[in-house]
Amino acid sequence: MTKSLSTRTAAKKSLSMKSVFALFSAGILMSTLAMFTNAEEIATLRDNTPLEEQKAPKVMPTVANDDIKKKRNYPMQPPVIPHKVRNYQVDLKVNKCMSCHSRNRTDESQAPMVSVTHYMNRDGNFLAEISPRRYFCNQCHVPQLETKELVENTFQDMDSIMKEKQKAQKAQAEH
Amino acid sequence: MKMNRREFIKANAVAAAATVAGVAVPAAASNLITSSELTKLKWDKAPCRFCGTGCSVNVGTMDGKVVATHGDINSPVNKGLNCIKGYFLSKIMYGKDRLTTPLLRMTDGKFDKNGDFTPISWEQAFDIMEEKAKATLKDKGPTGVGMFGSGQWTVQEGYAAVKLMKAGFRSNNIDPNARHCMASAVGGFMRTFGIDEPMGCYDDLEAADAFVLWGSNMAEMHPILWTRLTDRRLSAPHVKVAVLSTFEHRSFDLADNGMIFTPQTDLAILNFIAHYIIKTDRVNKDFVNKHTNFRLGETDIGYGLRPEHPLEKKAKNNGKTAGDSTPIDFEEYAKFVSTYTAEYVSELSSVPVDKLNALAELYADPKIKVTSFWTMGFNQHTRGVWANNLVYNIHLLTGKISTPGNSPFSLTGQPSACGTAREVGTFSHRLPADMVVTNPKHRALAEKTWKLPEGTIPAKPGYHAALQNRKLKDGELNFYWVQCNNNMQAAANMNEEGLPGYRNPKNFIVVSDPYPTVTAQAADLILPTAMWVEKEGVYGNAERRTQSWYQQVNAPEGAMSDLWQLVEFSKRFNMEDVWTEELLAKKPEYRGKTMFNVLYENGNVNEFPLSEIPDDRLNQESRDFGFYIQKGLFEEYASFGRGHAHDLAPYDRYHQERGLRWPVVNGKETLWRFKEGSDPYVKPGSGWDFYGKPDGRAVIFALPYEPAAEFPDAEYDLWLSTGRVLEHWHSGSMTQRVPELYKAMPDAVVYMNPDDARKRNLRRGDLVKLISRRGEVQTRVETRGRNKPPRGLVFMPWFDASRLVNKVTLDATDPLSKQTDFKKCAIKIEKV
Repeated sequence: MTKSLSTRTAAKKSLSMKSVFALFSAGILMSTLAMFTNAEEIATLRDNTPLEEQKAPKVMPTVANDDIKKKRNYPMQPPVIPHKVRNYQVDLKVNKCMSCHSRNRTDESQAPMVSVTHYMNRDGNFLAEISPRRYFCNQCHVPQLETKELVENTFQDMDSIMKEKQKAQKAQAEH
Repeated sequence: MKMNRREFIKANAVAAAATVAGVAVPAAASNLITSSELTKLKWDKAPCRFCGTGCSVNVGTMDGKVVATHGDINSPVNKGLNCIKGYFLSKIMYGKDRLTTPLLRMTDGKFDKNGDFTPISWEQAFDIMEEKAKATLKDKGPTGVGMFGSGQWTVQEGYAAVKLMKAGFRSNNIDPNARHCMASAVGGFMRTFGIDEPMGCYDDLEAADAFVLWGSNMAEMHPILWTRLTDRRLSAPHVKVAVLSTFEHRSFDLADNGMIFTPQTDLAILNFIAHYIIKTDRVNKDFVNKHTNFRLGETDIGYGLRPEHPLEKKAKNNGKTAGDSTPIDFEEYAKFVSTYTAEYVSELSSVPVDKLNALAELYADPKIKVTSFWTMGFNQHTRGVWANNLVYNIHLLTGKISTPGNSPFSLTGQPSACGTAREVGTFSHRLPADMVVTNPKHRALAEKTWKLPEGTIPAKPGYHAALQNRKLKDGELNFYWVQCNNNMQAAANMNEEGLPGYRNPKNFIVVSDPYPTVTAQAADLILPTAMWVEKEGVYGNAERRTQSWYQQVNAPEGAMSDLWQLVEFSKRFNMEDVWTEELLAKKPEYRGKTMFNVLYENGNVNEFPLSEIPDDRLNQESRDFGFYIQKGLFEEYASFGRGHAHDLAPYDRYHQERGLRWPVVNGKETLWRFKEGSDPYVKPGSGWDFYGKPDGRAVIFALPYEPAAEFPDAEYDLWLSTGRVLEHWHSGSMTQRVPELYKAMPDAVVYMNPDDARKRNLRRGDLVKLISRRGEVQTRVETRGRNKPPRGLVFMPWFDASRLVNKVTLDATDPLSKQTDFKKCAIKIEKV
């Protein structure tokens, strides 16, 4: 309803508020009515705990260390790190990450080479070595802990949207 | 997929062969889609939703959904980079628990403060809000009504809210969460320069020879500025980096001179540097004589606690005179700082003498261009304004200011703390363009621009953030609307102030948010809210850069923007409901009109027709109200600053640019203010002109070290500092719902020195209680994480909704800026 509101009203000029209210109160409420029954059930990040209370914190999760690459949500997403990085020294003296991921170490390490973008300076020119602006890897790349997310994320990636569209096109063509 | 590479290739070969043979294969193995019709993404720009750096982001949409985001190569701020949070912007709108309908606490179909959250329609939501607001106005008058907003509001939202509160309801009880973030920086600017916001800009990062970080962990909190600083440090090896903090953190990885100081002694270190500059005869006398004045500030000003607190009873000057000062001369100032010798300050701060001298030399050496950065370490400080004044002192004594690389640079936390909170003036004492409600000329100007009768805007400042929670608890603030922030989680002393305030039966609390936050949980009514690129807006970043974006996707059905909510609600009140008869008599034509008519259909805000919005653009609010509301609000607001050193460009231009740094004069942005040649407002021939002050001179303040409000003793034997982390934005309400960010930093642990842990018989991972005089919180011990506190201090971040560290913190504030000190209170730690 709201979704179609702005594009549709763009054509039809404006839609009166009364009808917006009518739309809101009609359909949406039905679908969400069953959502919350008790005052704490909206505390999705707090395991439905009242604000005066606290559930005992769970044990510290371990770091995922299986070296299995995770699919990216979109091509530009920095890949997450599939291994431990504890005690990896990255400072003025040394960059431990690059001892495997730099171009000239990947034959020994069989680790993925850092993206070519990492050799570009601020002006987009390629340097002979990784750009200092990309020096601290952990600003973009993070390991994952062995824990389950508190709230599901319904982000839909471009492939699944394209496939849906393709399927719809095919179905249309067949009929 | 648990297959090795060879198995994977084999499976794909089978799939390819099957396709050729016309055999059906599982969808997972089908061919690439190459049709441009299907693969096309729509790209548009938007500033990042998170910190004050103000990176520009390219947002890719497909079929009405955001499917990708990446750093904007055309943005001078980030040149194609984002931090980990920025790279995951695509997913922040898609948490499964997005709110899509208003929820009211009800029992048996009626509002009940102790009832359960029940879905209602928007019409019903506005009905109950109208009823409660009108009852409050009748009972308490305008001061019973209040609002808590944000430096994450768009400029237009903040501006619409200020009008609604200060002109419509005639209540100055509106404050932003930016009060927690940079009120001390504002105080410092106004006191030293008479005008707000940094003189320098990010170009200083490529020009400086030395950087000093004062209470700023840029590596985590301003990651893209940190990449620029890192780039400079590593590509120009003569550059030096000094980092000061009360505990070791990631920014120390780049430090040539890392210093851990005892909390609160930064004030003494700053005075030591001034003394060092004078003692070694490196004062820039020409600059100081022409462009500065010296003043001695009031001392013993208290800690911004409730008046009955013993510390306030003890303080001598915690009343109206706390911000006073008297003129002194250079000799008196030199004498004042002469007690801050290296030896004395080293003993006080526990920073070694040689490190202090090396630090001071960066400022004193006339050949070194030095940039100072600070954030919450200075600002969240019971002497935060002083800390800001004192760092300006050392830049002014040496004349290292307003030229490339010489820059005292206050960084801001929020994406529009500068744009919305400061420039628009959403504070309880402020009006647009640095004006204040206490100044009759400023009120008159605002009333004229807004076409209101003289006397509309109340002269008395309203309740600031900490005071709002106290007034809620005391039952004096009864109708309260929270937008675009999570203050129940963010504000200090939740147990004694925030929670009893929200749950006080006298009060009706409305919370607008995309997600059910801790604050929403404490509310009576929750309004589902559109966010980021689900609406059009403008943000202003830390270097005075104003950036706009178009609405790019629709919000989930039922969620409406803060702007729509504010303006739609204004239709519920006739002027007779909110104004006195005396005021109405001055503008009889407003009788029978609604607040919507008077505030937003005033000929300015509704000046621009819908035809100015490109046809292919969404814009839910404008198409609903019937005029281009974002442009109208922006242009009316911009009229305050044009010609007054706060010039903004015409609204449409911001849609074409990756932002512009104000003042924008004759179409040109300003990089360095107060310097002849780069700032058009500087008087010709003056060299430097601090035109915020009537005599064009900035002030060097003599201000002492004074102790913190609370410090460790025999029972509460540890300092507690709280703060943020790289992976989460503030309270985590968006980022905790992105699985990759959640799994990178799921829980707030307490970072502790291994010796302190051993002393308490604790090991890494142990379950502990942090206990203060106000409350307790449980968490797990971390002794080897990214933060390495010295003995006697622990650090716990506040992003975690299930481990609320603000049940423990103290709501002491800077008496001048009213900003809370979240960095210092006394606790003990016990094993559970």
